[in-house]
Amino acid sequence: MANPKTLYQAEPADARIVEPLDMMTLIYQRRSGITHMVGEPVPQMLEAMGEDAVDAATLAARLAVSFDLGGQDDAVTLITERLEELAELGLVERVTDA
Amino acid sequence: MHEFRVQVGPAAFRIGSAWRAPIDQLAHLYRDYPQPDFTDFTVRLEPTTWLRRWLRPSVAIGGDYMLPDAAPLPLAQGLLAAEMAMNLQMALGWRRHLLLHASAVERDGRVLVMTGQSGSGKSTLSALLGSEGWRFLGDEFVLLDPVTGNVVPFPRLISLKNEAIAAMQSAQPDARFGPLLAGTPKGDIRHVVPPADAIAQMGQGGAPALLLFPRYGYPGAVREVAPGETFMRLTQASTNYVALGEAGFITLTRFVKSVPSRAIDYQSGDEAIALVEKLWERLA
Repeated sequence: MANPKTLYQAEPADARIVEPLDMMTLIYQRRSGITHMVGEPVPQMLEAMGEDAVDAATLAARLAVSFDLGGQDDAVTLITERLEELAELGLVERVTDA
Repeated sequence: MHEFRVQVGPAAFRIGSAWRAPIDQLAHLYRDYPQPDFTDFTVRLEPTTWLRRWLRPSVAIGGDYMLPDAAPLPLAQGLLAAEMAMNLQMALGWRRHLLLHASAVERDGRVLVMTGQSGSGKSTLSALLGSEGWRFLGDEFVLLDPVTGNVVPFPRLISLKNEAIAAMQSAQPDARFGPLLAGTPKGDIRHVVPPADAIAQMGQGGAPALLLFPRYGYPGAVREVAPGETFMRLTQASTNYVALGEAGFITLTRFVKSVPSRAIDYQSGDEAIALVEKLWERLA
């Protein structure tokens, strides 16, 4: 189980090309040359993260400004799961604080 | 070593063979094509062992790009071996365009692209349309130019399989056919030279205007294919999408976003041509 306090950071926006296509969004990652096909809420998460190191609660609060996320606890759990998946894909990195 | 050179669209091949027969067949079938001074790829047809040159001769494919486990073919299928080897060089070595395993025909400067599994009928359909007022651009690879997004013609010999052979012989009785290659790994195969306009204008491409996923043997139907599904299927149909990196991504997303896409089922060539004409009028 991921630690909800873990900080995550996305690569700079120019490290990828994002192309929305109907139900999915394509993300081409320049560093790896891999094309990722992702659905909501991944593109929205990456956009809301910008280049900051954020934890799941901070990201949930940012997303709540534009989207109805339901209960705060559920949203944090869901976003933590997605962040962990994105970290496995290499689209975000886990930042260990000193 | 016997040798033959041929220019097909942007690609120039040199084919060397330990035997004369496959080279003579190639020279006959490709006689209207330009013969280049410099070549992009070299293909070699060689005996599997030195004895096999005379004793039940068996052809191994060699060249710039090779599959280590490619099975040798009997000498009678040397033409097929040469054609397969040329495909292999393109699939593994070509970097100037995004390659899609697809066929294409052109009308009024705009291009219809058809892709699907082996047996979908994309090759036969492109050949039939090529004798129905369309210009044949290719039935094996569609080349997408990364700069313009246009389809670049690659009008190789048309490879007809099984029942498509008789269909094409009745549609184009005057066309130049190669020898019947019976009992190949893909059944009976017979090559046919593309129509004269396809060869004469092979330097002239066009903008893609419609993408079809044909499927032979099912009751007539048309289904819209969403861009996401189209993208996924075309990455699978491309032999060099990954190798091209960012250029491949940009070329393919531009294609998918700008070209309408439909899956069509059909049970006869006439039915398919009627469907294609109707969709072309409506969408392209």
